[in-house]
Amino acid sequence: MSAQFQLLNAAAFDHTIKRLCYELIENHNNFENTVIIGLQPRGIYLSGRICDELQIITGLTGIAHGHLDVTFYRDDFRRRENPLVPNRTQIDFIIEDKNVILVDDVLYTGRTIRAGMDALLAFGRPKKVELMVLIDRRYSRHLPIQPDYVGKVVDTIASDNVKVKWKEIDEQDEVFMITENEDNL
Amino acid sequence: MSALSVKHLLGIKDINANDIDMIFKTADTFKEVINRPIKKTPSLRDTTIANLFFENSTRTKLSFELAEKRLSADVINFAASSSSVSKGETLIDTVNNILAMKVDMVVMRHPYAGAAKFLSKHVNATIVNAGDGAHEHPTQALLDAFSIREKLGDLKGCKVAIVGDILHSRVALSNIFCLQKLGAEVMVCGPATLIPKYIHELGVKVELNLKKALEWCDVANMLRIQLERQDIKYFPSLREYVMLYGLNKQILESLSKQIVVMHPGPINRGIEITSDVADHAQSLILQQVENGVAVRMAVLYLLAGSIK
Repeated sequence: MSAQFQLLNAAAFDHTIKRLCYELIENHNNFENTVIIGLQPRGIYLSGRICDELQIITGLTGIAHGHLDVTFYRDDFRRRENPLVPNRTQIDFIIEDKNVILVDDVLYTGRTIRAGMDALLAFGRPKKVELMVLIDRRYSRHLPIQPDYVGKVVDTIASDNVKVKWKEIDEQDEVFMITENEDNL
Repeated sequence: MSALSVKHLLGIKDINANDIDMIFKTADTFKEVINRPIKKTPSLRDTTIANLFFENSTRTKLSFELAEKRLSADVINFAASSSSVSKGETLIDTVNNILAMKVDMVVMRHPYAGAAKFLSKHVNATIVNAGDGAHEHPTQALLDAFSIREKLGDLKGCKVAIVGDILHSRVALSNIFCLQKLGAEVMVCGPATLIPKYIHELGVKVELNLKKALEWCDVANMLRIQLERQDIKYFPSLREYVMLYGLNKQILESLSKQIVVMHPGPINRGIEITSDVADHAQSLILQQVENGVAVRMAVLYLLAGSIK
C-alpha cells in the first residue's frame, strides 16, 4: 500500500521561499553581478518565485532571470524508451564572469544538475555557479553534487516519490511524498 | 515523453500531423541552440551517421552534415561518383559494408524513387530519405512548412501555390503531403506538360496561369526546371517558360496582397525567379536554409532516440 504525506503546506512553502531569498541576499548583496537561472521544466517556477520575492524584499528591479533546458545534455539519451521533448531555453543576458544561481525544485541523483552545468557552459564561462533547490533528497546522489541553498532536506529511499505542486500550474503550493514504506510515516 | 510514429523518415506520406508538430517543437529549441555562442549539443555523441549521396547536392548535404555535427554525432560521407558503385557494387552491398563499420543511421539521396524504402526493408539501420528520384524529399517539405509557420503563424487555411516543374519534383510531392496534413490548401501551377496527369486526386487545385495562382495564394513556392531529369522537351523554349512562369518584381508588386516567396534551391536566377525577387524582402529563401539545419537536427534527434 502506498501512502502520501505532506512535507510542506502552503504557509511553510511561502516561509521557505522567503528564507531562501534572505540567504541569497546575504551572499549576493545587490545582485549586480548575479543571474538566476531556473532549470526546465519545473525549476522555472521556483526561480520565478524567488525573483518576485527578491524584488519585494529588496526593491531591486531587473534581476537577470533565465530559463535553461537540459534535454540535449542529459546522459540517458537512447537509454530511455522514447526521447524527451525539449522545452524552451531563454537566456537573454551574458553569463561570462557572472555568479550564476542554478535553481531546481527537487535534487535527487544530481544528474539533471550535471547536465545543467554542461548546458550552461554553452553560454560562456561563469565566475561561479551555485545551486538552489526547494527539496534535497539526501543520501541518494549518483554524482558528487551538493546544493548551496536548500528549502528542506528529506530522507528518502529509491521507491519514494517527492512531488512539488506550484500555484502557477497545479492551483496550490504544496510538497508531498508518496511512499510504499509506511514505517516512514 | 513521446516518440515519432515511425522508425525511419522515408516520406511525409508515412508520418502524421502529431509527428510533424513534434518535429517543429523540437526544431524551435534547436533553432535557439544554433544561435548560441556555442552551437553544439552532446545529444548524439554515441551515434554514427553515414551520409550517402548517390546524386549531387549542395544544400541538403551541407545542412545534414552540419546538423549531425551540431548534435555531436560521428559523420562519414560518401559520394557515389568517387566510390565502388562505379565498379558495379549493388546498393544493399554498399550499405551493408558501411553498416559493418557500426553505423547507426543512414541519410541517403538516390536518383531512384523508392530507394530509401527499399533500403529500410533490407538493412538494419535508421534511414532518413534526403531525396529519392522524383518521389519525396521529406526534410525539405518540413523545413518549408516550418518556415511558413514561423512567418505566418498557423498553417491551417493558409494557401500555398507550388509553381514550376511539378512532374519531376520530389519537393512538390512532399510539400503537398506536408501542407495538407497541417491543414493548408495547395495549388500547383505550371505548363500543362509539367503537371502530372492525376495530381488533382491528391486534393490539390491546378492552375495554368501564373498570375491567377499568385493572386490566390499567401505563399508561392517556386521550383526549378529540372532539365537533368527531362528526357524530352516539355515546353518550346526556356525563353517562353520565363515569359509565362517566371516570377519577377513587377508581377510580385502588382499583386493585390503581399505574398511570401520561397524556393528550395538551387535557384536558376532569371528563370523561375529573377534576382530582385530572390533578394526581395518578401523572400524567405535564406531563412529556409537556416531553418533547414534546425529541422534536420530535430529529425535526427527524434529518430536517434529510438535506436537501442
